[in-house]
Amino acid sequence: MATDAHGAAEPGLVFHPMDQFMVKPLFGDGAVGIFTLTNVTLWMALTVAAIFALLVMGTAGRATIPSRTQSIAELAYDFVRKMVEDVAGKDGLKFFPYIMTLFLFILFANMLGLLPMAFTTTSHIAVTAVLAMMVFLTVTIVGFVRHGAGFLSLFWVSSAPLPLRPVLALIEVISYFVRPVSHSIRLAGNMMAGHAVVKVFAAFAPMIVISTGIGLLVTPLSILAIATIYALELLVAFIQAYVFTILTCVYLKDALHPHH
Amino acid sequence: MASEAQATESATGLPQLDFSTFGNQIFWLLVALVVIYFILSRVALPRIAAVLAERQGSITNDLAAAEDLKARAVEAEEAYRQALADARAEAQKIVAETKAAIKADLDRANEKANQEIAERVAEGEKALAEIRASALDAVRDVAKDVAAELVTVMGGKADGRSVTAAVNARMKG
Amino acid sequence: MEGDIVQMGAYIGAGLACMGMGGAAVGVGNVAGNFLAGALRNPSAAGGQTATLFIGIAFAEALGIFSFLVALLLMFAV
Repeated sequence: MATDAHGAAEPGLVFHPMDQFMVKPLFGDGAVGIFTLTNVTLWMALTVAAIFALLVMGTAGRATIPSRTQSIAELAYDFVRKMVEDVAGKDGLKFFPYIMTLFLFILFANMLGLLPMAFTTTSHIAVTAVLAMMVFLTVTIVGFVRHGAGFLSLFWVSSAPLPLRPVLALIEVISYFVRPVSHSIRLAGNMMAGHAVVKVFAAFAPMIVISTGIGLLVTPLSILAIATIYALELLVAFIQAYVFTILTCVYLKDALHPHH
Repeated sequence: MASEAQATESATGLPQLDFSTFGNQIFWLLVALVVIYFILSRVALPRIAAVLAERQGSITNDLAAAEDLKARAVEAEEAYRQALADARAEAQKIVAETKAAIKADLDRANEKANQEIAERVAEGEKALAEIRASALDAVRDVAKDVAAELVTVMGGKADGRSVTAAVNARMKG
Repeated sequence: MEGDIVQMGAYIGAGLACMGMGGAAVGVGNVAGNFLAGALRNPSAAGGQTATLFIGIAFAEALGIFSFLVALLLMFAV
């Protein structure tokens, strides 16, 4: 399947659940260089446009009694701000625009990726790894700038018995460096998995064309399954953006207040 | 990068692990993030913060105004109550005064009537006593006459003085 | 022939890796169920702990995603 599934006219069902993630140039058919306009470019531009539409055009009225779009923009603002304040503390509010950027980008990329025929930018490890590394580097740099060597006390659990501390320190260091990995793979994996599952069910849907008997049973079932998974994916798209953001806040709290 | 893309044609394997596209994705991601960051930090977030602050301000103002109006309403009600209580007290006073005046008049009239009645009773009693006295005299005279007649008829000689004494003694019973 | 055997092994391995997702499902269910049990005993404290709930679910499910990733790697990348 990996090598020979892409033939043009094969009989039976066609499974290409991963084709939707391919990065292709928008114009022509050449190689993908760094500055090539690809579907990544297109969908990231749409993400930016959607954010612009909601947060800038939606609030253009500056109404005291908000319109619908303005309420949504204010809701998003309050939601993230409250999250930052509750988890990272008052001094974390300096990073609020940064975290808001991450949240809105991930949320809109996830949601736009759910449109039919869309390309999901956040399903790519390259994208989520950059996001996670940005968070990791920010947190580490802020930790060392704020506390100097004192930031290392994050790994030295002073409440534990002394003989245990080196072991715990080792575990803490490992878990600290695994953070960006799990942070990025969680997001990309969730997005990839959901979309691939939808695609697999979608591949079952044309069964009725091949065999009417089986198709009468399989086609409605797979369409129902697509609808169900799609609803779940809407939830997952939001929850993953939320989880990414709140974990960023948690890591930021570690950097601002490293003492356990 | 480009030569690598030729080597591993993206049709095979996981698209996510096709390293030839990483540069492209990362570049456009950074562009998108920078654009979003500037949109947010320059335009959107200050605007929303301003709107929220303004709304908070106007809500606070409205609440204060409402508080003020409420206090005024309470004051007005208090004044109304006071006026009502005053009016009631005044009415009570007037009623009490009128009652007292009427009572005094009544007492005076009663007194006068009682006096008159007493006078009349006394007069009546006096008249009665006179009438009784005159009646007794009349009876006595009649009795004297009858006794003298009786004595004369029986053949005796009526002595005026002794008849009178006898009648008087009889009448005393 | 040899390649076929390698591919077969890879597919079997992918299937085995998918069993890890069951563990993640159990874990997520455990987190959510315990949260609900606690929330019903003390509903007033539940609101403040939803963030913790989602963090817990995220951690539990990330491991399932790892096994899914291993399966994908075996199917498409090996």
